[in-house]
Amino acid sequence: MSAARVEVAKTLKLYVNGAFPRSESGRTIPVKDARGRVVAHASHASRKDLRDAVEAANAAQPKWAAATAYNRGQVIYRIAEMLEARRAEFIALITSIEGRTKADASREVDHAIDRCVCFAGWPDKIASILGGKQPVAGPYFVFTMPEATGTVAVVVPDESPMLAIISLLLPVVAAGNSAIVIAPMTNAPLAVALGEALATSDVPAGIINILTGPRGELCPWIASHRDVAAVSGAFLHPVDAKVLELGCAENLKRVHMHHDAPGFTDDAFWHSPFSIAPFVELKTVWHPSAL
Amino acid sequence: MIKPSYGLFIGGRFVEPKSGRGFQTINPATEESIAEVSDGDASDIARAVAAARKAQPAWAKTRPAERAKILFRIARRLQERSRELAVLETMNCGKPIKESRDEDLPLVVQHFFHHAGWCDKLAYAFAGATPRPVGVCGQIIPWNFPLLMAAWKLAPALACGNTCILKPAETTPMTALMLAEILQECGLPDGVVNIVTGGPDAGRAMTALAGRGIDKIAFTGSTDVGKAIAKSCAGTGVKLTLELGGKGPNIVFADAALDQAVEGVVSGIWFNQGEVCCAGSRLFVEESIHDDFVARLKSRMQSLRVGDPLDKNTDIGAINSKAQLATIQRYIEAGTHEGAQRFDVPCDLPKKGFWCKPCLFTGVQPSHTIAREEIFGPVLSVMTFRTPDEAVQRANNTTYGLSAGVWTEKAARALEMSNRLNAGVVWLNTFNRFDASAPFGGYRESGFGREGGRQGLMSYVKIGGATKGAKR
Repeated sequence: MSAARVEVAKTLKLYVNGAFPRSESGRTIPVKDARGRVVAHASHASRKDLRDAVEAANAAQPKWAAATAYNRGQVIYRIAEMLEARRAEFIALITSIEGRTKADASREVDHAIDRCVCFAGWPDKIASILGGKQPVAGPYFVFTMPEATGTVAVVVPDESPMLAIISLLLPVVAAGNSAIVIAPMTNAPLAVALGEALATSDVPAGIINILTGPRGELCPWIASHRDVAAVSGAFLHPVDAKVLELGCAENLKRVHMHHDAPGFTDDAFWHSPFSIAPFVELKTVWHPSAL
Repeated sequence: MIKPSYGLFIGGRFVEPKSGRGFQTINPATEESIAEVSDGDASDIARAVAAARKAQPAWAKTRPAERAKILFRIARRLQERSRELAVLETMNCGKPIKESRDEDLPLVVQHFFHHAGWCDKLAYAFAGATPRPVGVCGQIIPWNFPLLMAAWKLAPALACGNTCILKPAETTPMTALMLAEILQECGLPDGVVNIVTGGPDAGRAMTALAGRGIDKIAFTGSTDVGKAIAKSCAGTGVKLTLELGGKGPNIVFADAALDQAVEGVVSGIWFNQGEVCCAGSRLFVEESIHDDFVARLKSRMQSLRVGDPLDKNTDIGAINSKAQLATIQRYIEAGTHEGAQRFDVPCDLPKKGFWCKPCLFTGVQPSHTIAREEIFGPVLSVMTFRTPDEAVQRANNTTYGLSAGVWTEKAARALEMSNRLNAGVVWLNTFNRFDASAPFGGYRESGFGREGGRQGLMSYVKIGGATKGAKR
């Protein structure tokens, strides 16, 4: 009898509406490790998967936006707790799939977790920084407050998937939006593991959805989807960036490609409220003021 | 003083357009010519962009407090010449003098004064970040508030260290040209602001240079043109802000102070002949007071004076152009054709010029064209609702999201309505109020980006990039 135990391999699925469906397409994409061996098969998300995710995200978003900012902060803090618990798993996936050193992988995972802790503190502070009360020249009480834009497609670049996903995702959800993450195929197992961590972290179903699939194939569907209110992306191929920006001409999507942004390790930018600003709408309310 | 003809304002002086072509700009109330203005084309836009590029580094490096002094000086000079500018605005635009004098010009001056003060305070506006100018801004503005839109575009851009090419609307170039003279007089360095008059081709030439000389496009106008601009800017890396159309709901609850609400509805739809992107063009009245409210509104309409915009008693002036008048008339016909009931006040209209009587439609269904599309004219669509939830649902049932009005004496209801309405500006028990310190701009297909206040500065700075020394 052989002593070797057969490892139970994980089926890599999508994360949509709090559940883990396979792609409607029935297709998969081989996942190779750093040495080029096929180690798993990731779901090949299709247009229909995107549409399902948008539907779930739109349905869940108003309640998330209406939750107290304090509550949203605690949920994001819970994400940090869940990521910390799976820290070793993320590091192992980065070393095995991306072929990076353990020290390098640890730095990235720690940075991502610490970024979550930072963002746990933003939801109840964004309004006081981006909004305010306006001293208008007349007898009116006027104030401006940020509100969520809606469902935001988060298109993540290939490099440093862990930090990239977290960096683009947190500003979106902190503001009360829902997100559909188009994860980079440079480390699909990591994106899937992240979804599993999120599923146990009090983030309501539908608020964060993660699709794995060819970015170039999904970008045009994102751009043309009229229920996607905004798109966040960074450091993307110019062709993908342009396709997404054309989505603005469709339904005035707010497409923010972070053209001026520094790399994800720059905390001064990626921890700042100005990383959140593109994904809020400012509402200015006037009322006469008189006795 | 109006000159017989005007060149293009490029590099600090008035120059002839490359093509040598010009066109007459008219007074829409009389159809008489005011002056001949230049018809700028792509080569003129290219010259203006070159001038703005050349001027930008020095302007950005000018000590902020010195930039501020120039902007303050512009504000003061505009104030001194307010009456003249108000008259010219009314002549070229058709709006009543009482509006250009009491609304447009004071806001223009305030906008420059407000932003002058920001020049040396930007680091506080973006605490923890290092705001930098975007660079060269191409700005395309509409004909409904010509000078005010020029101020909304130029003042924040200049305060943040950018240089500009402004393209006034084809039908309303006059006050922008007078502003050019004022900028010259106030010592704004050559090329910091360039003003190119012309038609849609000049605008297209501007967006064609997005990312190739122009770093930022700001546009105020229709949603269709806004989408076309978004398309031509895609992939260029240009920063874009759009302030587009609207179909603003004005919601009157049974518990509102009804006479005040009537005034608010009147100002909401008949201010500037209804040629206002944030006009309250859809009136939702709580069903129980519909008949009473409509009767009050109709009676108030009898006292609206339509006619000579230069008469200080005029409430409703001329429609800006023959083309716009035709558009409005098409919508009025569609309203009648689709089964709504039109009411307007019998009154004489001047023989010459472009005129439209203020009117309202009752019996409007949400599916009617006049309930869905922006008319940009003095046409009000009246509908009803039974519950606050229904009011919210019907008000938000549009692709637009620029403005909304709510009339109720219940504070809690007013505030919750403001939470639920999808609009960038919500006026509670008031309508059509503006201020340089208060952000203005849209949700959804009404565009993005804000104008006014600290929030408006965001449209004219870059915040990314290395911020040395900052630690997490």
